Amino acid sequence: MTTVSSAEHSRRDFLYIATGAVGAVGAAAALVPLIAQMNPDASTIAAGAPVEIDLAPIADGQIVKVFWRSKPIFISHRTKKEIEEAQKVDVANLPDPEPDSERVKQGHDQWLVVIGICTHLGCIPLAHQGEYDGWFCPCHGSQYDTAGRIRKGPAPKNLPLPPYAFISDSKIRIG
Amino acid sequence: MRGNSTYQPTNSVLQWLEKRLPIGGLVHSSFIAYPTPRNLNYWWTFGGILSFMLGVQIITGIILAMHYTPHVDMAFRSVEAIMRDVNFGWLLRYLHANGAAMFFLAVYIHMFRGLYYGSYKEPREVLWILGVILYLLMMATGFMGYVLVWGQMSFWAATVITNLFSAIPGVGDAIVTWLWGGYAVGNPTLNRFYSLHYLLPFVIAGVVVLHVWALHVTGQNNPTGIEPKSDQDTVSFTPYATIKDGFLMVCFCILFAWFVFYIPNFLGHSDNYIPANPAVTPSEIVPEWYYLPFYAILRSIPNKLLGVIALFGSIGILAFLPWLDTSKVRSARYRPLFRQFFWLFVIAAVGLGWLGTKPPEGIYVILARILTFYYFAFFLIVLPLLGIFEKTKPLPNSISESVLGAKA
Amino acid sequence: MNIQRPIFALVLAGSLAAMALPASAQLTEQVPPPRLKWSFAGPFGKYDQAQLQRGFKIYREVCANCHSMDMLSFRNLADAGGPGFSEAQAEAVAAEYKVKDLDDLGNPIERAGRLADHFPAPFANELAAKATHGVAPPDMSTLAKARSYSRGFPWFVFDMVTQYQEHGPDYIAAYLNGYKDAPKGFVLPEGGHYNEYFPGHTTAMPPPLQAGQVTYDDASPQTAEQYSKDAAAFLMWAAEPHLDARKRIGFQVMIFLIVLAGLMYFTKKKVWSAVH
Repeated sequence: MTTVSSAEHSRRDFLYIATGAVGAVGAAAALVPLIAQMNPDASTIAAGAPVEIDLAPIADGQIVKVFWRSKPIFISHRTKKEIEEAQKVDVANLPDPEPDSERVKQGHDQWLVVIGICTHLGCIPLAHQGEYDGWFCPCHGSQYDTAGRIRKGPAPKNLPLPPYAFISDSKIRIG
Repeated sequence: MRGNSTYQPTNSVLQWLEKRLPIGGLVHSSFIAYPTPRNLNYWWTFGGILSFMLGVQIITGIILAMHYTPHVDMAFRSVEAIMRDVNFGWLLRYLHANGAAMFFLAVYIHMFRGLYYGSYKEPREVLWILGVILYLLMMATGFMGYVLVWGQMSFWAATVITNLFSAIPGVGDAIVTWLWGGYAVGNPTLNRFYSLHYLLPFVIAGVVVLHVWALHVTGQNNPTGIEPKSDQDTVSFTPYATIKDGFLMVCFCILFAWFVFYIPNFLGHSDNYIPANPAVTPSEIVPEWYYLPFYAILRSIPNKLLGVIALFGSIGILAFLPWLDTSKVRSARYRPLFRQFFWLFVIAAVGLGWLGTKPPEGIYVILARILTFYYFAFFLIVLPLLGIFEKTKPLPNSISESVLGAKA
Repeated sequence: MNIQRPIFALVLAGSLAAMALPASAQLTEQVPPPRLKWSFAGPFGKYDQAQLQRGFKIYREVCANCHSMDMLSFRNLADAGGPGFSEAQAEAVAAEYKVKDLDDLGNPIERAGRLADHFPAPFANELAAKATHGVAPPDMSTLAKARSYSRGFPWFVFDMVTQYQEHGPDYIAAYLNGYKDAPKGFVLPEGGHYNEYFPGHTTAMPPPLQAGQVTYDDASPQTAEQYSKDAAAFLMWAAEPHLDARKRIGFQVMIFLIVLAGLMYFTKKKVWSAVH
């Protein structure tokens, strides 16, 4: 091996480092489409657009199930009794404390809109069942009240709320 | 696969692994310290390029398979959904389709290099035959992949090629029905092609391992055709061959990118953007360019069975090349007569390719027959005779002499 | 050795000459269409939004009466690199269409279109589509890529370098503009129309575009020729909606690869200097 001056050394190193760096940048850039392609595609995102639900046909005490972004949404037209039960509860002692007022839209407390997926391991709870007059999940026995809050059983959190808004007194837009 | 006595990892974790699974030593002896002839020119970089392209095809293919639906009613639409809706779907599809073309371009260059420099000769016969097997696997894979699009050309190419097997006397029709899974090319055919198209690239990968193994047993050939005689004749694979492979790989990617980003449909046929219609045959049925020479050979023979035999024979004959060429001299550098016939062969191959796009009538059929004759004559007449009658040029004494000798 | 050279040269010349032979006895002869200037041609090509909007208007008012556009959705009108509708405008366009659906009881109904819907087809099925002219009008989603014409050797080699990929739009524009009276002696089958550029010259579609037929919102001439061009451009976008992004990213990739190739080349030279 011939001896090489230190100036040549650093010039050569710079070239090697530059080539390596540019190559690494290229490899990283090449990864972007390979990973991005697994994200929801344009048609899936379009299919997940907000949906409008007409509340007029839902009778007092009736619970309706609709789908948004492939998730079941429970729309519950709560009776006076169910609303009272939900509001009277001692919030501080709940497994996941949350007052009823934070789970409904102001002025529309007869309407409860929740995502119908048990927060334990993902089964769909059954309506009008369980000790709390709300939902009962048959998979592992979680019980939810008339505000969709977890009261008993292994589920850690209340039934989550989807993003929604009232566009009129009898119509909501979910999403 | 010699012992890894030259590999001494300094890192204690690597030492631990080396004792249990000497993969470090294997990589070191095969791709780092591995002695490579010092005079390899850029034609020798295409093996590495082929490995790279196989990787590209497998990765893009697996990703496309995440979005593709192999059913006759949904296949074409699912490909269009990939092109339109999947994030970067258009890029992945064009990479895969043009990648196949680049894969074949590289393999033809690789094969012609082998032909020119006598890389198929003793002791590299098995290496060459493994290569022929790889080529056949590539052709099968490419054909089935093209069918998956389920455009007009996909459907009718599938019909034509599967119908070839009906030429086999007696069992021909039964074989075709068995291939189809029905009474014509249809959904069962599409599904099994999808399954096999996913499988074969991994078979190719396995045979590539055998191919590289066989290569490492004998060592690379080189432009002089003379085996390395001393350490002077070789350099370590890394960094010398690695950087050369890498450089031409990037240049190859420039050509690849040119197709993918600017002329992505240049090599394809516009009829494949029409959904398959079993009731309407397109005005011309043409395979992709890399099959054209063989298509021309098939159509030049007026008899159906003989045409099929000629088609498969034109590829199969490659396997016998190590024994058909009787010359003791490997490289065309020192075989002036062989060189002429070699270039004529290249022209014949390209000419047959062009003829594959023409209707099989008039002057085109005559030309195709002449070139088909030359194709087979090259292997069956020219090569055996050349070995006996050719006056070769004197060989240099060693590789290093051929590289440095002139400068000394 | 000496005799080989002239023979070699002769064969080489002969082969090249043979390649220049015009295609004889083609199954259906096709007149090559004139090459037009397209905004989306070449390495820096981009769709002209105004042209795409005009083309969409022609599609809606003329072509959509018979031709479906199955693979295009209303939301595509608002996509980047397209006609440049805002999402609200695309939604408004969608709402003007009637889309088949089922109500909550499973009965077939028609409702206003939404962004996610595909363009509805004018005919219920293939047989209904065939009824009018004997041939089903082809779906237009990939039409611009499904039509081409042969350029022959050596022109197609030049096309690789010049990046000519507009065979489809050139043909479609020529075809739309190519209706004329059949020349003397040409036998026109029943129900057929003579077209200069259609392979075989007999096409089932009656001439679809006349001057003044579609009112443009911008100042572009309302001639049949302009309609043909704008419709062809719109069809090219429908077939290849990501062309803008493709060419833009392509430029970045090419620059990157050329820089990397240069670096690799000098690295190779440096590495090998130790050996030479």
